[in-house]
Amino acid sequence: MSWILLVEQALNGLQFGVMLFLMAAGLTLIFGVMGLINLAHGSLYMVGAFAAAAVAAATGSFVLALIASLAAAALAGVLIEATIIRRLYDRDHLDQVLATFALILIFSEGTRWAFGSFPLFLDRPEALSGTVSLPFGIEYSRYRLALIGVGLAVAAGLFWMIAKTRVGIRIRAGENDREMIAALGVDISRLYTLVFALGAALAGLAGALIGAIQSVQVGMGEPVLILAFVVIVIGGIGSVQGALVGAILVGLTDTLGGFLLPKAFALFLSPAAATSVGSSLASMSIYILMAGVLLVRPKGLFGGA
Amino acid sequence: MKLKQLLVTAACTALLATTVQAEGVKVGMITTLSGGGAGLGIDVRDGFMLAVEQAGRSDLEVVIEDDQRKPDVAVQLADKMIQSEKVDVLTGIIWSNLAMAVVPATVAQNKFYLSPNAGPSALAGKGCHKNYFNVAWQNDNLHEAAGAYANTAGLGNSFILAPNYPAGKDALTGYKRFYEGALAGELYTKLGQTDYASEIAQIRASGADSVYFFLPGGMGISFLKQYADSGVDLPVVGPAFSFDQGILQAVGAAALGVRNTSQWSKDIDNATNAAFVESFAAKYGRLPSLYASQGFDTANLLISAMDKADVADQDAFRAALQTADFASTRGDFAFGPNNHPIQDIYVREVIQEGDVFTNKIISVGLEDRGDAYAADCKM
Repeated sequence: MSWILLVEQALNGLQFGVMLFLMAAGLTLIFGVMGLINLAHGSLYMVGAFAAAAVAAATGSFVLALIASLAAAALAGVLIEATIIRRLYDRDHLDQVLATFALILIFSEGTRWAFGSFPLFLDRPEALSGTVSLPFGIEYSRYRLALIGVGLAVAAGLFWMIAKTRVGIRIRAGENDREMIAALGVDISRLYTLVFALGAALAGLAGALIGAIQSVQVGMGEPVLILAFVVIVIGGIGSVQGALVGAILVGLTDTLGGFLLPKAFALFLSPAAATSVGSSLASMSIYILMAGVLLVRPKGLFGGA
Repeated sequence: MKLKQLLVTAACTALLATTVQAEGVKVGMITTLSGGGAGLGIDVRDGFMLAVEQAGRSDLEVVIEDDQRKPDVAVQLADKMIQSEKVDVLTGIIWSNLAMAVVPATVAQNKFYLSPNAGPSALAGKGCHKNYFNVAWQNDNLHEAAGAYANTAGLGNSFILAPNYPAGKDALTGYKRFYEGALAGELYTKLGQTDYASEIAQIRASGADSVYFFLPGGMGISFLKQYADSGVDLPVVGPAFSFDQGILQAVGAAALGVRNTSQWSKDIDNATNAAFVESFAAKYGRLPSLYASQGFDTANLLISAMDKADVADQDAFRAALQTADFASTRGDFAFGPNNHPIQDIYVREVIQEGDVFTNKIISVGLEDRGDAYAADCKM
């Protein structure tokens, strides 16, 4: 095992992490501001990917496809917020889980009805194909490098918005004391719709970006949703910084764990047994990480006291 | 979808009420029609129903239910079909873990089970049963043919990977049974994994001369797209599951030229197959996959047995099934001593025909291949 391979794997982990951040940021904002558990967040990811695949097939432009993914997911977000989610803010979490789980089923079967059961084709743009040579002889996929860039740029933009803009101030205020900012005359229901649309658009963007190197199919959002929940629990529910740190931790743990654990077991087990035990343990690694973090900090790394 | 199933079931129940006295065969089909693996179940169902429609028999009735790819749901449906629908034959299951949950209990209740897809090794050897027929393949078969192909293609240092679950382990076992070269690496990935950057980096560093992978459905699409973009330029070999008609369009040009092994291909030269491909495309507006061919063959096997024997006379019906006296889309087809197929397994290459990505046969991988477990089967 060379250290070049290790660096490449660390980059892979970082890329996985920043994409998870796009999902987790929306999820944690929605929970932080509205106190809502949104299981349908994975469906918005899927909506973004399908919208991008449809537009890319029709126009051939990846940029238009990305815009379509943002618009379609935001629109779907606004639609379900205004018709269904809005009625759930005052209910307890069990009602929210039930209603948003129903939304998953509706989105999945609706997408199947509209697009069929077979996976769709979405490809990365030609300009980002192939590999780039990084210093020290590292060959790395150009598209994945671009994903890291986009993810970090979105994270920076989000932090700037929350720290410096009026909307950001309202979001932070909403997290701290919902009743008070309503009493101060902020149109709380508009703020909620806005936050929901923002979270949805980020999920849709992640769906489109990832869909280009994976498969665009019904049910693609649920595995990512589970990981996004792990991320926000590790990071501290409601904290965007926590989501970023948590996402990168989960990305690195998952990638490096899957790579290093089988090798570690191979030192004292037969190759076949090491592969089997190592792979099994690797798939548990992020949950072990989560349990470890919760033992030390029960509210997550950046969770309030 | 749910409503449609309800209507189908209701219609079948109504039909049952009026024709309760008629002699005939009632088939229960449990397959995956929703969720991530739905494409496979839909193809099996469509192939099966195409054969039923073409036979035009009034004494054959089919009840279809969706197992959602969940073993517990499949078990409940099987109980319901056997106890309240009173079916004679069950079929349809795609996934090996669901088959393991349903098949042993079904055959123990003196019902027939005809598998259009899953062929776990546990049901081919010690766990075989006289009422269980597999019309597709034993799980290891396509992988064995791939191992044999690697030898003839002069590949001597393969990197092999599969998901960490029973069929994934069967796959690598099957490949290694015939493959004679060295292994540059062996990896088990997570079931349902979608990102293979880490595995591809290891392939790049391993010094392998070829890659063999078993990643069915969406996993294979993700792997191939990422592999094609990684700059690793080693030849890829795989079983047909990652290169069937349903997913090739989603992989796109990344799959062109890949060699894959299959017991069926749309260019197998016989009249039954030509008619099947044409009528399937005409009815459903898409090309059939190997799953569709397996559904079609399963229905035709059943119909051939109905011509010879009454399902109430189990011994006669079983004997009729065993002769496999039907025109298979695969050409030669026979059952071995454990009621699993003996058939040719082909090596195909992914090609482009106009706008459509599809396969063409380049050679025969294994001729008249049975399976490795038949000797353990005592009926």
